[in-house]
Amino acid sequence: MTDEQLMDLVTGTLFSVAPDLEGETVDPDQTFRAQFEIDSMDFLNLVIGLSRKTGIEIPEKDYPKLQTPRAAVAYLREKGTA
Amino acid sequence: MIEFRMPSLGADMDAGTLVEWYKQPGDQLARGDIIALVETQKGAIEIEVFDTGTLDRIDVEPGRKVPVGTVLAQIRGPGEAAGPAPAVAPPPAAAPPAEPAEKPEAAPVPPMPVPAVSPRRLGAAEGRLRVTPAARQRAAGSGIDLSAVEPGADGVIGLREIEAAGTPAPQAAARRPGLDLGEMRKAIAAAMSRSHREIPHYWVGRTIDVTALFDWLAAENARRPVASRLLYAAPLARAVALALKTAPELNGHLVEGDFVPAEAVHLGIATALRGGGLVAPALHDVDSLDLDGVMAGISDMVPRARAGRLRSSELTDATATLSNLGEDTSDMIMPLIYPPQVAIVGCGAAVARPWIVEGQVGPRRVMVVTVAGDHRVSDGRLASRFLSQLDDILQKPEAL
Repeated sequence: MTDEQLMDLVTGTLFSVAPDLEGETVDPDQTFRAQFEIDSMDFLNLVIGLSRKTGIEIPEKDYPKLQTPRAAVAYLREKGTA
Repeated sequence: MIEFRMPSLGADMDAGTLVEWYKQPGDQLARGDIIALVETQKGAIEIEVFDTGTLDRIDVEPGRKVPVGTVLAQIRGPGEAAGPAPAVAPPPAAAPPAEPAEKPEAAPVPPMPVPAVSPRRLGAAEGRLRVTPAARQRAAGSGIDLSAVEPGADGVIGLREIEAAGTPAPQAAARRPGLDLGEMRKAIAAAMSRSHREIPHYWVGRTIDVTALFDWLAAENARRPVASRLLYAAPLARAVALALKTAPELNGHLVEGDFVPAEAVHLGIATALRGGGLVAPALHDVDSLDLDGVMAGISDMVPRARAGRLRSSELTDATATLSNLGEDTSDMIMPLIYPPQVAIVGCGAAVARPWIVEGQVGPRRVMVVTVAGDHRVSDGRLASRFLSQLDDILQKPEAL
């Protein structure tokens, strides 16, 4: 997948976790929490969604690497090609 | 024949609008089935039916707003004959019922604030404005008129455009039908004002070492696939429920001066909504569920609370409430009790602090847990014993 496709995957998963954000512009470099008040419940659901769509098992210790959309894309790219 | 009436879902609810029937005449009904969707001034609520039987006749069509207590439908019990169909639809100006409005179950009705947002998709039915649901909620809560907001480059009004519009004077609250974090704020104000006015509160607090809890949780989650992981709110809720079983004066309702202790623990889970709302729907039987059951319940209920899709029993059945602030918040909270409950448990953020363990200073993760109690029913000593019990329970997370 291209980085653009991965970003679409990340934002699409975000909108399915928080449907009230549908249509919002997503800043790739701001944390999910700072932009959209994403809390631990939302974040867990986001991680579940990403894991399901990519087949990548995301351990809890890696959560700090997925705090912004761009960081999440980089993580998924790294783990996807490992 | 059982009359199914518009329930009261809060002390200040006086009417509701029937939005949609989920069952039709002839359908079988079991207790707890969701029968209809009702819009109240506090939001869209899925109404559960209390009786087993067959839906015989619908008396109120979708779109009608009726007072609490109005007969909405007839349910026939097993073995009863079908009732006559009405010749014409009931006239819109239905007279209010003679008897006082009450739920068939006679459970006490707390004035719980409820999400005031009907889920709407972008671009639907709001004229030519394209507004994200989050932005619409923020605008309603801040009194911003959407028609005066400059859309973004893509023609959409999102959170950034609302923020750029600035905050108007507080009295300029725009009222748009069906949205309304503004209405929710009023409902919260009413409930909390009543709490402050009527309940003589006392508070006790205890700093609990939760290192064992978080170490256990990290080990558990490391061996669980992502879809089965636990948030710390789940063992926390379980522990609070088990501790409440040892302190009955903190779990139940005060109804007309009499304290009615509850058999089970239906724990209200205080849930923050994006844009500033707050609701505390009840998770039923937390004392009997296992940890995975509690986590599944939280994962199901919190998104529904945020989407404005709660059920009537979740608004009325809480026997006590847990207000867990979460990470990166404050050290402690002094919460207010939701009447007619008699207690609320508050948890601050779990933070690293220097602590004394076996005579030595070392880093531990600690959390300040507070209990607010209704002084007509309990006192600080009892609440302190509850906190001590909770502490003991949290030191053995594997037993939760």
